Amino acid sequence: MGTSVTLEFEKPIVELEKQIDELKRLAGGQQLDVDQEIEPLQKKLAELRDEIYKNLSPWQRVQVARSAKRPFTLDYLQLVFTDFIELHGDRAFREDAAIVGGWARLEGETVMVIGHQRGRDTKEILKRNFGMPHPEGYRKALRLMKLAEKFHVPVITFIDTMGAWAGLGAEERGQSEAIARNLFEMSRLEVPIIATVIGEGGSGGALALGIADRTNMLENAVYSVITVEGCAAILWKDGKSQEMREKAAAALRITAQDLLELRVIDEIIPEPPGGAHANHETTAQAVHDTLARQIEELRRYKPDKLVRRRREKFLRMGQFLE
Amino acid sequence: MAWWKKSEKKARQPRRERLEIPADVWEKCEACGHTDIREKFERNLNVCPNCDYHRRIRAADYCNLMLDDGSMEELEVELRSTDPLGFPDYPARLKKAITNAGDTDALLACTGMLDSLPVNIGVMDFAFMGGSMGSVVGEKIARLGVRSLERKYPLIVVSASGGARMQEGVLSLMQMGKVSAVLAQLAERRIPYISILTNPTTGGVSASYAMLGDAIIAEPGAVIGFAGPRVIKQTLGQDLPEGFQTSEFLLDHGMLDSVVHRRNLKRTVSQLLRHMSGRPAATGWAAS
Ligand SMILES: [Zn+2]
Repeated sequence: MGTSVTLEFEKPIVELEKQIDELKRLAGGQQLDVDQEIEPLQKKLAELRDEIYKNLSPWQRVQVARSAKRPFTLDYLQLVFTDFIELHGDRAFREDAAIVGGWARLEGETVMVIGHQRGRDTKEILKRNFGMPHPEGYRKALRLMKLAEKFHVPVITFIDTMGAWAGLGAEERGQSEAIARNLFEMSRLEVPIIATVIGEGGSGGALALGIADRTNMLENAVYSVITVEGCAAILWKDGKSQEMREKAAAALRITAQDLLELRVIDEIIPEPPGGAHANHETTAQAVHDTLARQIEELRRYKPDKLVRRRREKFLRMGQFLE
Repeated sequence: MAWWKKSEKKARQPRRERLEIPADVWEKCEACGHTDIREKFERNLNVCPNCDYHRRIRAADYCNLMLDDGSMEELEVELRSTDPLGFPDYPARLKKAITNAGDTDALLACTGMLDSLPVNIGVMDFAFMGGSMGSVVGEKIARLGVRSLERKYPLIVVSASGGARMQEGVLSLMQMGKVSAVLAQLAERRIPYISILTNPTTGGVSASYAMLGDAIIAEPGAVIGFAGPRVIKQTLGQDLPEGFQTSEFLLDHGMLDSVVHRRNLKRTVSQLLRHMSGRPAATGWAAS
């Protein structure tokens, strides 16, 4: 649900950062030359980040993926795209701020960007409903996709949700139908679709923006059929203990590397040392370059071929014996 | 009801003997507690004669109920679940499910005649791991769909599921996309698809093929929803309103075309299919 508190395994990094800042502060105030002292510390910091992030457990990755310090959809809209104009509402019930979308430009060319949006402070978190959409959010997303199709513009989605909202209103207004309709329509949308999991990709609520010609995951993103806590609670009657969460996170195979091996995603977008939150600009640059290249690749296909290839891709998914 | 395979009628036994019917011949309604001999429940399609509660029946029962006598042919019998993630205890659970529920996994795929119309039908089986949808369920429905595309046969899916099969992780999730992609093709070719919802239809199944029918019908009293009642109760922090997430609730909220008693399922589906495929009305059903 997005948290600004320091993750347990990041504490050594934060400590070191504090030391460096303190040295810089002293130096600035007293015109001292502390470069010689700072340099080895910064080298150590880089090594530490590298070391910690190379060895993250799946459960730690879930925590990173959920971190409120990571770039969100609106951050990418600012850093990757230009000329963004947000569009609101599903034209049926209401505006759902857990999903944002609108026209934008990628390297000057118009695209339709749609993504889950989380919040950083309490007010924003509530406004965005933890990035967990109601049916209206999915219906708005579909409206924008159809709009993009109408004007022959590619669709770029960002996935960043623990899941679709579970509540009275969401059920009354057809959460299931809204998600199902998106899967159905995305499978036949006659413009390129590129989906990127930037944080947590939680079950049907994530997939409703995920039927795409290219699916990317950021290096520390996760993508799962159920939340780790939910899985542990159902299978082992314990969704709360660290041990069971670690166990469920590992068992579900939810990391970017896992999904690449399971052939569910096409590419992993690397994050800077210390994760996407350590450097939003570097992360955004990597996202930009991947999207720009993939759009060029997808321009080669005529609409009918694009749709056929997308369907074939999803028809191949799954493993069974015969 | 000639299409329902009646169990052999037993000769009426003398009263003295009837009093000594062994205990396991009696069945009790889960909803109202009404007790009756099993045969009476079965003759009533396992709907409680007292309160109309639709008890759970097996996938093969639905095929018998929907398809014309002797026309049923099972398809994709070779498909078996595997353990793609190396998930703890999954192989053992699969083995147990096969022992208890048979080797069709959580979906029985069939072709046959429904009121003289050729159809493909997939029926989920709750007895197999809670009707959970893994790769085999998704693949079977997708193949039924492709078969429908090739032969222009209408597709029917009867759902009964708690959702995606956790033990196959994200591969289960992707089955939602797979089946939806096939259903979109059926729609483009104007081949009818009818979705029948039974108790329960939740999670990834409800959020994909269950809600995509050209007609969506449900048995009375089925629990249907995206999130299970327990999860919603948790987020809500209070009890759910009476009748929330039942078939009747969904009908009221515009999510279903109709709530249909089990005894009328076949006739309703036949009527719908005939309208959607430009065929004349069936003979043989009493006008209603
Ligand atoms: Zn009863």
